Amino acid sequence: MNELLEPFVRMLENIAAPAAVRAVEQGGSADAMWAEIASSGFLDALVSEEQGGAGLSLAEVEQLFGALGAHAVPLPVGETMIARALLAQAGVAAPDGPIALATSALSGQVVPCGLVADHVLLDRGDALTLVAVADLQIAPLGIHGALAARISWGNAPSGAVLPRPANGLRPVAAALRAALIAGCAGQLCTMTSNYANERVQFGKPIGRQQALQQNLAVMAEDMIAARIAAQLGCAGGLDISLAAAATAKATTSGIVPRFAATAHAVHGAIGVAEEYDLQLLTRRLHEWRLADGSEGYWNELLGAKRLESDASTLDWVRAEVFA
Amino acid sequence: MFDTFTLAPLPPEDEAIRPQIRAFIEREIAGMPLAKRARTWMGFDPEFSRALGREGFLGLTLPKAYGGQERGPFARFVVVEELLIAGAPVAAHWIADRQSAPLLLNFGTEHQRQKYIPAICRGEQIFCIGMSEPGSGSDLASVRTRAERTPAGGWLVNGQKIWTTNAMHSDYMIALIRTSGSAADRNAGLSQLIIDLKAPGVTIRPIVDLTGDAHFAEVFFENVELGDDALVGNEGEGWSQVVAELAFERSGPERIYSSALLLDAWVRHVRAVGRTDCAALIGRLTAELATLRAMSIACTARLALGESPVVEASIVKDRGTTFEQELPVVIADDLAAHPDEAVDPELYRTLTYLTHISPSFSLRGGTREILRGIIARGMGLR
Repeated sequence: MNELLEPFVRMLENIAAPAAVRAVEQGGSADAMWAEIASSGFLDALVSEEQGGAGLSLAEVEQLFGALGAHAVPLPVGETMIARALLAQAGVAAPDGPIALATSALSGQVVPCGLVADHVLLDRGDALTLVAVADLQIAPLGIHGALAARISWGNAPSGAVLPRPANGLRPVAAALRAALIAGCAGQLCTMTSNYANERVQFGKPIGRQQALQQNLAVMAEDMIAARIAAQLGCAGGLDISLAAAATAKATTSGIVPRFAATAHAVHGAIGVAEEYDLQLLTRRLHEWRLADGSEGYWNELLGAKRLESDASTLDWVRAEVFA
Repeated sequence: MFDTFTLAPLPPEDEAIRPQIRAFIEREIAGMPLAKRARTWMGFDPEFSRALGREGFLGLTLPKAYGGQERGPFARFVVVEELLIAGAPVAAHWIADRQSAPLLLNFGTEHQRQKYIPAICRGEQIFCIGMSEPGSGSDLASVRTRAERTPAGGWLVNGQKIWTTNAMHSDYMIALIRTSGSAADRNAGLSQLIIDLKAPGVTIRPIVDLTGDAHFAEVFFENVELGDDALVGNEGEGWSQVVAELAFERSGPERIYSSALLLDAWVRHVRAVGRTDCAALIGRLTAELATLRAMSIACTARLALGESPVVEASIVKDRGTTFEQELPVVIADDLAAHPDEAVDPELYRTLTYLTHISPSFSLRGGTREILRGIIARGMGLR
């Protein structure tokens, strides 16, 4: 682990252990957890050094997003990092609390961590507006443990207005989700292979069975594909290209169904038990798969862009995804 | 898990080779039909390989002292990527450049290096790899071809290899052979020997495949006498040498691009007829190709650090061949889902060729099941 990631992970291990995650999911206060994160300085990782931040690139911060996913952190930490960078770029003072990202102009959209945010950075289609949750209707989804909320408004919600990135908020939010999925998948891969080595059936660890080994190997392949796709998506900076975001989110969302299914299948019944930590991760995988566009959304968008060009696939991805 | 397997950039100085190799390819194989190009690394043309050697596109990872370019794995990645994406006929130098020369550089004697590597860099010596036997496919440690020491200090070889790519066109085979013990000793007692395929006692029979091509062969050894300089590396350590060598074979971009020509031809077709109903499919395949390319470059980065990325290469190959095999399946369905739409005969031939040959993609160089076993071992499950 490098010197950026190591203290971040140490902090998460201290403040976001599974019991702490469950407490927030069950309606407990996240204030103490947030205070620790805010005082760590990591929230301004993407803010330029001139503006008092760490001046890190999205590519460097991607590993922090991954750690948030691996620890099932029940707060919009990555979202707040991105929002604070955009606010700083626009010269708007950032509020102290957690900020969620709403990437559709639709009133009634589902927003991850909507229940634990103080503000929502809302993409209105022509500009971004930072809206206090007091000025929105925040409705729980009625799903056990979910911190996502349905966010609605009557009249146009008011708040600080900042310029909209060329392609809106969705590509950078999708890149964040991709990194969360990748980090979560890494944790699940380790957890599942450890379990397979410990659980004994038919007189030997179930991980010695070739049938399980083959499935776990595919899981590792999916995990690596998700990791590298997420890194590819975050390689170009905050002003992320549509094709890079699409590659990252389509690939990471695409692995989720098979990945979560294998993790549960290997664990057996204990995996769906509330008291077992697996569900803290797999529920999030499914939520992030759908958030800010599923694989279907991004595949369609990527394919439509691809069809505009007469370049070879290699040249097209070199120019649009790897640039 | 597998923490060092992460995104890596292609260095600009290596990317700079791309226009040169692309111009060379356009000059050399302009007008080659699509279905022939779809043979990619099965396409055999010694003159093309020698021309590549003259232009300095071979031996990119090998030292200048042995006639190489001393550029490293990233330069090779760029050149190989361009060759594959164009469907250039590279079989005449492929195996020698990719694995035989690095093997000889790592484990060979100075005499062997001088004798073979400069000629490989010129594209003049063609190598094949003798691994599979009639009774040894995935269970490679069970090979039965034997070599006995002769009184003169050389070797006497008896046995048979099969499914050897390009054996009938090759000058030499580097074969995995039992030099002591029996099949019960598994990977102990195996050695790698260089066999001159023009030696007396060698018989090669090409095997025709279901597409009508003959790219592999069976090779018989009947009292074939070899000199004492035939042994590569140490006697009895052939297995570990082969494992290191297979990482070269499995990590390359040939494991993702075998059907790329078909993808491009289909996209051209879809654009020409003005359809957008398959945009999501094209998007998914494009994202998959981009991700696989990044994975292959990440694997190349481990090679560039001097590692032998056995697990990483297995991950790239298994996922890459799955992609290569999926392309003809989904493209065939898309085309035939539009029965009133004209399809270019060359596209149809290419599609069908790849449909028929693609089962071999996840056999050659290690089957899917073997690769997943290697990955599982890397995960600590075996």
